[in-house]
Amino acid sequence: MYTQAMDIPDVAAKPAGVSRTPDAQDAAFEARIDTDGRIEPQDWMPEAYRKTLVRQISQHAHSEIVGMLPEGNWISRAPSLKRKAILIAKVQDEGGHGLYLYSAAETLGTSRDQMLDALHSGKAKYSSIFNYPTLSWADVGVIGWLVDGAAIMNQIPLCRCSYGPYARAMVRVCKEESFHQRQGYEALLVMMKGSDAQKAMVQDAVNRWWWKCLAMFGPPDADSPNSAQGLRWGIKRIGNDELRQKFVDATVPQAEVLGVTLPDPDLKWNEARQHHDYGQIDWAEFWATVEGDGPCNRERLATRVKAHRDGQWVRDAALAHARKQQQRKNKEAA
Amino acid sequence: MNATQASAPLGGSAPNAVGSVGVAYLLHLADNAVVLGQRNAEWCGHGPILEEDIALANVSLDHIGQARLLYQLAAARMGGGASEDSLAYFRDETAFRNYTLLELPHHGPLVGYAASDRDYAVTIVRNFFYGALMVLVWDALTRSADADLAAIAAKSLKEARYHLHHAADWVVRLGDGTDESHARAQAAVDHLFRYTEEFWLPSPAETEAVASGAGVDVASLRAAWDALVDETLAEATLRRPAVRGYVPEGKLGRHSEHLGYLLGEMQGLARAHPGATW
Amino acid sequence: MNTPALKEWPLWEVFVRSKQGLEHKHCGSLHAADAAQALHMARDVYTRRQEGVSIWVVPSAAITASNPDDKGELFDPAADKIYRHPTFYAIPDEVGHM
Repeated sequence: MYTQAMDIPDVAAKPAGVSRTPDAQDAAFEARIDTDGRIEPQDWMPEAYRKTLVRQISQHAHSEIVGMLPEGNWISRAPSLKRKAILIAKVQDEGGHGLYLYSAAETLGTSRDQMLDALHSGKAKYSSIFNYPTLSWADVGVIGWLVDGAAIMNQIPLCRCSYGPYARAMVRVCKEESFHQRQGYEALLVMMKGSDAQKAMVQDAVNRWWWKCLAMFGPPDADSPNSAQGLRWGIKRIGNDELRQKFVDATVPQAEVLGVTLPDPDLKWNEARQHHDYGQIDWAEFWATVEGDGPCNRERLATRVKAHRDGQWVRDAALAHARKQQQRKNKEAA
Repeated sequence: MNATQASAPLGGSAPNAVGSVGVAYLLHLADNAVVLGQRNAEWCGHGPILEEDIALANVSLDHIGQARLLYQLAAARMGGGASEDSLAYFRDETAFRNYTLLELPHHGPLVGYAASDRDYAVTIVRNFFYGALMVLVWDALTRSADADLAAIAAKSLKEARYHLHHAADWVVRLGDGTDESHARAQAAVDHLFRYTEEFWLPSPAETEAVASGAGVDVASLRAAWDALVDETLAEATLRRPAVRGYVPEGKLGRHSEHLGYLLGEMQGLARAHPGATW
Repeated sequence: MNTPALKEWPLWEVFVRSKQGLEHKHCGSLHAADAAQALHMARDVYTRRQEGVSIWVVPSAAITASNPDDKGELFDPAADKIYRHPTFYAIPDEVGHM
């Protein structure tokens, strides 16, 4: 596993640079947060802040990687070359986002291997939306429209996150993500103007994904233990319920343009609130899936574990070759 | 085939000076690209490390892009309602003109309905053999008498150089890495090498293309390909196998047991909705 | 054959100067086994293969940093690796796995 001791300075305990009293460090940190300043990798930070960020950023990265699977499921069967190319590019982007995020997390003193171990052992979570199966080609478009749409709502505020590397990674991610949502929506638009079979495919996909996407924003604020501290630390900027409401309000008119019915009989405009009312989310199902008992949890994880295990010989070969090259260089120099 | 044209890849004076390459030749190039694009994309989400997942997706995307340009050009010349998708999705195996090398699954020799784990060594060695060829082919085609094809070649050449660089570096890492990677790389070379024999025997489509000044006489590229391959294999401490016997005929439309399965998966959804727009 | 001492591909920092740019900017990091691979990957991920860009890749362990807030006060450069991460320190071959 991880290297310990040797002659490594005890960097975890020693803050970079200055010796300040803990209160002074804490005060400086809080002051920076209060004025919407940025915390950078070498700045002192409370251990709880660091731990929260490592968890959140790495789980965000894992989500991108696991998210490649339900969509990757349709690359080989995409019904046109244009759609195939768009989908490969999207899944490749997601891999790239995972990379930016693992990179940001590593600035906090964790490593790619540590993070992957946590994922593969089941300790780390990833966005539970990816624990559902993609059963038709229309699912790909619906994921672009609704899942990426929900993700964008969550992610834009993160561009102002207090932790510099995370905020900067999110700026890159958001630029690319809005493109994905538009492409998904456009694919659905084309299908909804097509044959009855295509329209039925889209409606079926919407029926299966709508409620799951609403749950993506997380439980109601009253039931979210981590939210308050996240808000305090400038990691989380907007509450779950507010984001979910924004998403519903934005999506209803999009659904109308498409000509699909959102599967919620309680969904209606509330003139007094100036927002859409919507029905009850099945939180029991959400929690069961988050806890590991959804339709595809085991499959997603097993697939990632297999890829990692099967790839060990390749990673070892590259390292072995690099070492040989280094040794040859050293010999020549000597 | 005209003997004088063997030494002048893009030469030969054709009756019509504006050398326009035949559709069959374009389909050969396009089928190569779509089949290899399809195979490389199979690694998406399963690569040995995230960085390689991204690299292979990139390579696959380039190939699909090349396929699209080539199919579009072919369709424009065919007319009669042909489109990039009608060519890619509604032709049967016997109409496909890709090299057999490219349709093989990512594992050692097994029958069409056997299953096995993907082997990255097979992927890399295949990409290397093909990449080494296409750098030479696209370079020659930038001088094609067919201006449309020359334009596609110019773009594809940049991509092919990138692909070759990626694959060749990995052939060396695997060949001169660990004992296990060396064994797998050698097994991949031993398995795949004879599929490259097909490169050098001209098909009727190629012969016609060369005659019009628009195509390249691939046999003339053999020495350069051999030199590049030998150099890389040597650096990778890998042996080049002796080859004899059966020469694949993929570019003549006679394929391995694997193409049917590949096309079944690739084309099935599109064929279930004939006439649909996506 | 001996197994590699490092189990993980080392981390590299990526700096890119865009076509119109004046200097290299830090974009992020990636894992690669060697410099050639790091460059290739950096091109793929951080520049999407744009032409005319210049890329630098540097092993993260090779970078020494200062804390910008501590101007005027003494800081100890020996402690200042950019990330507080044990794997940035090379383990001698003889030690093998850890």
